[in-house]
Amino acid sequence: MEKIPILKFGEFLLVTIQVDLYDQLAENLEADLINLVRKHHSRGVLIDISAVSIIDSFMGRILVNIAKMSKIMDAETVVTGMQPAVAITLIELGLHFEGVYNALNIEKGMELLRSKIYNLDEDHDIYSSE
Amino acid sequence: MTFTVQNREEIAVTIEKDAIFFRNAVKTYATKISMGLLYQTKIITAASEIVRNLLKYGGGGKAMIETVTDGRKVGIRLTFKDSGPGIPDLDKAMSDGFSTGKSLGLGLPGAKRLVDQFDIRSTVGVGTTVTLLKWK
Amino acid sequence: MSTIQALQSNSKLITEKWLLLQASEEGDFADAQTEEQKAEAAELVTSLVKSLTENSIDDPDSDAFSKVKENVGILSLSRARQGYSPRETATFILRLKEAMLEVLSSEITDAKQLYADSLKISKILDNIMINSFESFIKGREDIIMRQTDEITEISTPVIRVWDGVLALPIIGTLDSSRTQVVMESLLQQIVESESSIAILDISGVPAVDTLVAQHLIKTVSATRLMGAECIISGIRPEIAQTIVHLGIDLSGIITKATLASALRTSFDMLRYDVVKKSERKLATGA
Repeated sequence: MEKIPILKFGEFLLVTIQVDLYDQLAENLEADLINLVRKHHSRGVLIDISAVSIIDSFMGRILVNIAKMSKIMDAETVVTGMQPAVAITLIELGLHFEGVYNALNIEKGMELLRSKIYNLDEDHDIYSSE
Repeated sequence: MTFTVQNREEIAVTIEKDAIFFRNAVKTYATKISMGLLYQTKIITAASEIVRNLLKYGGGGKAMIETVTDGRKVGIRLTFKDSGPGIPDLDKAMSDGFSTGKSLGLGLPGAKRLVDQFDIRSTVGVGTTVTLLKWK
Repeated sequence: MSTIQALQSNSKLITEKWLLLQASEEGDFADAQTEEQKAEAAELVTSLVKSLTENSIDDPDSDAFSKVKENVGILSLSRARQGYSPRETATFILRLKEAMLEVLSSEITDAKQLYADSLKISKILDNIMINSFESFIKGREDIIMRQTDEITEISTPVIRVWDGVLALPIIGTLDSSRTQVVMESLLQQIVESESSIAILDISGVPAVDTLVAQHLIKTVSATRLMGAECIISGIRPEIAQTIVHLGIDLSGIITKATLASALRTSFDMLRYDVVKKSERKLATGA
């Protein structure tokens, strides 16, 4: 069965989706990630979707689910690198990404995760570029 | 309004992986008429929603890709046909947030918002046909 | 002599008459026409009379004329681009009809035959003219469409005002297709410049109604999905009034009155301080 590889990176879990998503694959990712969050006591999950050209309501919901489930297990989720066309399409579709943090790229996503987890500067965290 | 079909291809959709193959085929057609990336993304996303319904509720079916023109504009038309149970209440199925499955219920109404023309016909016990059209 | 023979053997005469009629129409002398135009006319007449057969003469929609129609189409298209008026384009084919009928009347002596065949020839040329007109309009529409595209592109420049801060002044009405272009170019620039803040300045937008507000909210939402923040600036008092009167909820969006205050907010978010040189010296005790 096809699987998306998940990397452990300190307290974080790192996923870069490089293949075309389909429902089963996304559902597997959800299950695998949540299991690994528990196994490694991870504090943050970073999912890079810069190579994903299509996200529909189902795959979008999986991302939201991952964020919500991780949150219950005390881990924050950042989705990074969403393509412009994908972002506009999701808005048009009517999907809301509650509970998911977004960042432009993996680097900024990592910073965001760190600031979320260690509560670094509470006022400006999302926008910080430092 | 009458359309002239310039190109046509039919793809059977019976398993989830067919959806990826179909998405790529739509992309090829859209690229051929040099449709912009945003519109490509919109129609493929819409198609992805419909294909899911086709697989989940219709038990699979056929998807057709066409390049059509009304004499001035060129676009992509997708037609999905299944012989499933059909949809008893179309108005309800087309409203945001309604779902019989465990999805968000954005599938049909969301897909409609992403394309220029959307048509759905369903007969209980016979099947459902959905047509999407996106101009370049 | 049959009508077809009469026309075919006189194609040269038809061309001459046609050119003459065109010239008188333009109030010009025949020699004002270029050699190229003359050759074009001759070619058109030849291909038209050649496509006349016993079958095609009775059927203006016959495939035999497709080549002629295509040529006339190309000619009309280029006339549209060169700025010819619709009248000039229409008369162009009307004069050809006149020339052909004139030649026919001098060649065919039997009145009954002349009437019947003139009618047929008229029908064929009317058909060609309709075609030519369609091409002409299409030529014009192409120009309009290209200009529309150009205007949309020109009117949405994305400016990099600071490292990590983009500004996009919107001038003119914000409809849904325009929003589409604005959103796309803004988000693309965000990716390319890795900017975390985008300022959408609407000082140049004449009015904000529910629809425009919806477009603005969509743009902000899409920007956030990408991982950047979007500030809307340039909200004039009357726009603020309309927004409240219409009951539009912009509370989830950072709005500022001017581009300057939006920039100040961006610096805040990026945790930059803007300090006067002299004050900095004082602060550091230099």
